Amino acid sequence: MALLDYFLRKKGKQVTTASKAKERLQIIVAHERNSRNKQPDYLPQLTEDILKVLRKYIKVSDESFSINLDKKEGDLNVLELNIELHDEHKTS
Amino acid sequence: MARIIVVTSGKGGVGKTTSSAAIGLGLALKGHKVVLIDFDIGLRNLDLIMGCERRVVYDFVNVINGEATLNQALIKDKRVSSLSILPASQTRDKDALNKENVGKVLAELGESYDFIVCDSPAGIEAGAMMALYYADEAVVTTNPEVSSVRDSDRILGMLASRSRRAELGLEPIKEHLLLTRYSPKRVEEGEMLSVEDVEDILSIPLLGVIPESQAVLKASNAGEPVILDTESDAGQAYQDVIERLLGETVDFRFLQAEKKGIFSRLFGG
Repeated sequence: MALLDYFLRKKGKQVTTASKAKERLQIIVAHERNSRNKQPDYLPQLTEDILKVLRKYIKVSDESFSINLDKKEGDLNVLELNIELHDEHKTS
Repeated sequence: MARIIVVTSGKGGVGKTTSSAAIGLGLALKGHKVVLIDFDIGLRNLDLIMGCERRVVYDFVNVINGEATLNQALIKDKRVSSLSILPASQTRDKDALNKENVGKVLAELGESYDFIVCDSPAGIEAGAMMALYYADEAVVTTNPEVSSVRDSDRILGMLASRSRRAELGLEPIKEHLLLTRYSPKRVEEGEMLSVEDVEDILSIPLLGVIPESQAVLKASNAGEPVILDTESDAGQAYQDVIERLLGETVDFRFLQAEKKGIFSRLFGG
């Protein structure tokens, strides 16, 4: 029945499992690459907001403040804030 | 300066050790001085594939701990004198390796060898990270199958961020795609990702395509790396890989299914 199969296959051009696999992989790989290369979208706004709160209490210049989102082993993400405090701010 | 090549994949069982053995032996057959290192601490297997399991006296961890010298631990291949094997330990815990002591061993080996081929363990744990840390080049071994391709992409991310070259901001690790267990027939039938599909997804240069072959199991049964089986398709495909690693341009073979005769086409079978 190979002959019959041959014509049937040509006629109904169904989606092969290989093309499904490729499509799924392209999506998941692109997604995973994004999440490992890119800082999240909310980071700039988060930085703004944190600075705003900090400045309610202490003087913080842009240079003495840094924020960093770091990927560690596995699924662990670490949000790291570095704020330099100068003497005059300690008491306020 | 030795070229340090890591054979890696993320996923297990895709052919890292088979490929390491074939690449190590193939380069040595070309007259280069090669050392093959098994980084799979606790689960050594490169010795079996190379057929030297009975000759292991000291191992990588013994060398790291100063219990043996490199010369005591290195096993000279009986077939090719320019090839040595440094076996992994079978019992010690994998935390024995760290950047510092591995770096020392590699530097010492680098003085007398042209190629250092590192057979990585599966996964993305410390052992795999150690195997890739010092690499100049990576052979990313991948099967045309969803989980293997995804894991290979994870490993590409690690190569780009967790290696010595990445940390020091040097030229990045040169990445090669090695597609193994490839079945042209299943590709034609739409059941398997094609070479082009995998290249599209991973977008790294293709080093070789090794067809699914009975010769691979026979080779590991016998402890004779499959590259020695020059009659076999897999053996020949690995030969081509060696040529390409040495800078030659070689056409890719074994990408098409064998053509069926007109009778079997019409009547099946």
